[in-house]
Amino acid sequence: MLMKKNYQSERHIPAKDIEACGLFGVMNIRGQKFGALKAIEAIKNIKVRGNGLGGGFAVYGLYPDYKDYYALHIMFQNKDLKAKEKTENFLGEHFELIFDEEIPTNPQVSPFCPPLVWRYFVTPKKGEMEQAIPDDEYVTSRVMYINSYIEEAYVFSSGKDMGVFKGVGFPEEIAAYFMLDRLYEGYIWTVHSRFPTNTPGWWGGAHPFSILDWTVVHNGEISSYGTNKRFLEMYDYYCTLHTDTEVMAYAVDLLMRRQGLPIEIVAKIFAPSMWDIIEHLPEKEKKLYTTLRMVYAPLLMNGPFTVIVAHHHEMFGLTDRIRLRPITAGAKDDLVFLSSEEAAIRHVCPDLDLVWTPQGGEPVVVRLNSEDHLKSLNKSI
Amino acid sequence: MYSHLLPEFAVERIEDRCIHCRVCERQCATDVHYYDAELDKMFFHEEACVGCQRCAVFCPTNALFIRPHPAEYRPNSSWNREKLQDLKKQAETGGVILTGSGNDKPYRIYWDHLVLNASQVTNPSIDPLREPMELKTFLGRKPDNLEIDLNKEEVKIKSELCSNVSITTPIVFSAMSYGAISYQAFKSLAMAAKKFGTLFNTGEGGLPLNMRKDYGRNAIVQCASGRFGVDLEYLNAACAIEIKIGQGAKPGIGGHLPGEKVSENIAVTRMIPHGTDALSPAPQHDIYSIEDLSMLIYALKEATNYEKPVSVKIAAVHNVAAIASGIVRAGADIVAIDGLRGGTGAAPKAIRDNVGIPLELALAAVDKRLREEGIRNKCSILAAGGIRCSADVMKAIALGADAVYIGTAALVAMGCTLCQKCYTGKCTWGICTQDPYLSKRLNPEITGQRLINLLSGWSHEIKEMLGGMGINAIESLRGNREHLRGVGLAEWELDVLGVKGAGE
Ligand code: SF4
Ligand code: SF4
Repeated sequence: MLMKKNYQSERHIPAKDIEACGLFGVMNIRGQKFGALKAIEAIKNIKVRGNGLGGGFAVYGLYPDYKDYYALHIMFQNKDLKAKEKTENFLGEHFELIFDEEIPTNPQVSPFCPPLVWRYFVTPKKGEMEQAIPDDEYVTSRVMYINSYIEEAYVFSSGKDMGVFKGVGFPEEIAAYFMLDRLYEGYIWTVHSRFPTNTPGWWGGAHPFSILDWTVVHNGEISSYGTNKRFLEMYDYYCTLHTDTEVMAYAVDLLMRRQGLPIEIVAKIFAPSMWDIIEHLPEKEKKLYTTLRMVYAPLLMNGPFTVIVAHHHEMFGLTDRIRLRPITAGAKDDLVFLSSEEAAIRHVCPDLDLVWTPQGGEPVVVRLNSEDHLKSLNKSI
Repeated sequence: MYSHLLPEFAVERIEDRCIHCRVCERQCATDVHYYDAELDKMFFHEEACVGCQRCAVFCPTNALFIRPHPAEYRPNSSWNREKLQDLKKQAETGGVILTGSGNDKPYRIYWDHLVLNASQVTNPSIDPLREPMELKTFLGRKPDNLEIDLNKEEVKIKSELCSNVSITTPIVFSAMSYGAISYQAFKSLAMAAKKFGTLFNTGEGGLPLNMRKDYGRNAIVQCASGRFGVDLEYLNAACAIEIKIGQGAKPGIGGHLPGEKVSENIAVTRMIPHGTDALSPAPQHDIYSIEDLSMLIYALKEATNYEKPVSVKIAAVHNVAAIASGIVRAGADIVAIDGLRGGTGAAPKAIRDNVGIPLELALAAVDKRLREEGIRNKCSILAAGGIRCSADVMKAIALGADAVYIGTAALVAMGCTLCQKCYTGKCTWGICTQDPYLSKRLNPEITGQRLINLLSGWSHEIKEMLGGMGINAIESLRGNREHLRGVGLAEWELDVLGVKGAGE
């Protein structure tokens, strides 16, 4: 599916990026849309978690007028018009183009080296031989082609009725640049503030990381990166950004989208219980968890992480098996919050109905029209 | 004796320490020491000494020093002492020079050029004394994905699973057959494996009937070219079956257990007449191609109702990666790779010292190939040959092994001093011998405990190192070459290992 880059030996694969980050996500479980303010204010509150080298937002329910079309947010580094032309020729070959425009930006805000960012609403134009390919696969492979082979072009996001806005700067600067608070509404917002320790800022390298309508914001350093990456390569996921987030996103894509496993199971793969605990479970559960660990051992995400993953109708948060990174959940009426810090949640919602700290490896699953998030409350600390 | 040979070892006895207790005389299996009653003095024939150090260790007054013999020919880096001695031996016997244990030549030991990683700042190291640290490992074939039936609250696994064996530490005792080693040594391995929750490998000499009930669940039984002791009950007593194609110490070569070692019990276990030579042919004569291998694999699976993983053990040779891939496609659940430094009870020296490639390179190449072909999870990799310490285990796992086989290390734990005379049947440590006077020196209870101590010591060290890396489950180290760096290696070596140089 993805493009393999041929290295003579694995030793030539670039080193992994190391970063720490702040995360925040909010969802209205009735699907009511709201503006960017909560996300912006919350992430501003945890400024110390970022260092101004990357920030970004994912918004769901963004394009109701075009909700049946794939919305591609594509950046052109250095405002390279040649790359844009190449990309558009490629898009023309593979998609029906419904509408496109430059994503409006605020001229008063001048972030570091901004690229040209354009959005295209498209629908697949499949050849005779390609009819059997599901739309999602079709789109994913075209997006990967653009990312791998068209220089200076990079796809921020490619889902329907959603979009990612990201760049180099503090998240609130990115929000101001794209005028998120003035122009957009959504029923899920996730936001990420980045603290890379070893990479220069690049707009494509900011998070959320996205495939189709799946977005991942993540915080931590996964010590099992090499193991995870190599396993994913067997399923044709080739890591091009060399970040933990990318590994996490591909793993989510493989397990949830391609293999159809629910997050409750996936959580037990990423952050499985200890053998000591599994051994004392009732026979059926013991068998399930043992088998999961046996089969998916290479996708155990070892080391500290907190992740918030979203796609349409669902947002979930998860922290590593021994809770080396925190995650806090909160709820007020129809709003459910997830964040790497409680302070960020309280800052935007001082009168929370509920606030809780889930256990390591216990996912908080926020679903449209459901109370599933409360399940993790029972098991919280 | 060889008339033109220099002694290999020099024996020195400090006379005024010696109390003439004659312990050394009784301990020595090659009759080096002897007592002269008239003079009330100990003497020795040093040309018979093999340097096993048994006497030096047992001498109550530390009166004995056994050292490589200082006599030297004129220094010559090409025609060195070993070469000259070998030539003289052959000139006198006209035979093949035999030897025991592993390759001792100074081929590069890659373990010593690989260093491990640890966490600093960006992620925390984990303290194994405070947090759980998991070494549990599964050996066998894993499916590509699990189909799961989500029926309301009940979760059911729909996919069919191949059987796997679970071990509590990624260390397994390597194949050492009853016959090559003594019953006591064999039983010590079985007892330790059982107590620690890992496995031992019977080698090609069968599994004594009286051990099947107690130790079968911890045994990998071998089906080798001689097919000694193989029957349905033997296969079904085990937890896994291994087809032995080759051995690192002697790739392409069979084996020969001389008739004088084939005692009554060995004869019964191997299902051959008492006192006959047990000859293992070089190839398995029903396997002349990969399809043949596949047929044997499935024959064994049929015989055991698909309940036991089948391993195929090969020596690391030049095309090891392609061969391993064929083996996995032929249906094997485990591929065991035995490297250049793997041990043996007896092998022609020319072969032991010159055939095969180092395990580290073979392992890296196999793991890479299987991943590139998308079949890495269809098998487990067992790495064997020259694993000397817990750090070697870590490095092997980081290069891609699921677990390691240890043979020589286990022997040393039992007493072996690598004197390389296993083929003579006169192991003073009671390991590689069928002489009851020698083999009763091992008490399986005690020797088994030494082996358990070894496993537990290594496991603790592995946990410490894992914790340092910020990893709390061994599976997250598997194939994780990011945690390795090379020191003092050439470009091509780093490329083959798939490991960056330190500082890169
Ligand atoms: S064992 Fe030591 S003290 Fe006893 S006879 Fe030999 S050299 Fe002398
Ligand atoms: S097993 Fe015995 S004979 Fe073989 S090397 Fe070790 S001590 Fe020597």
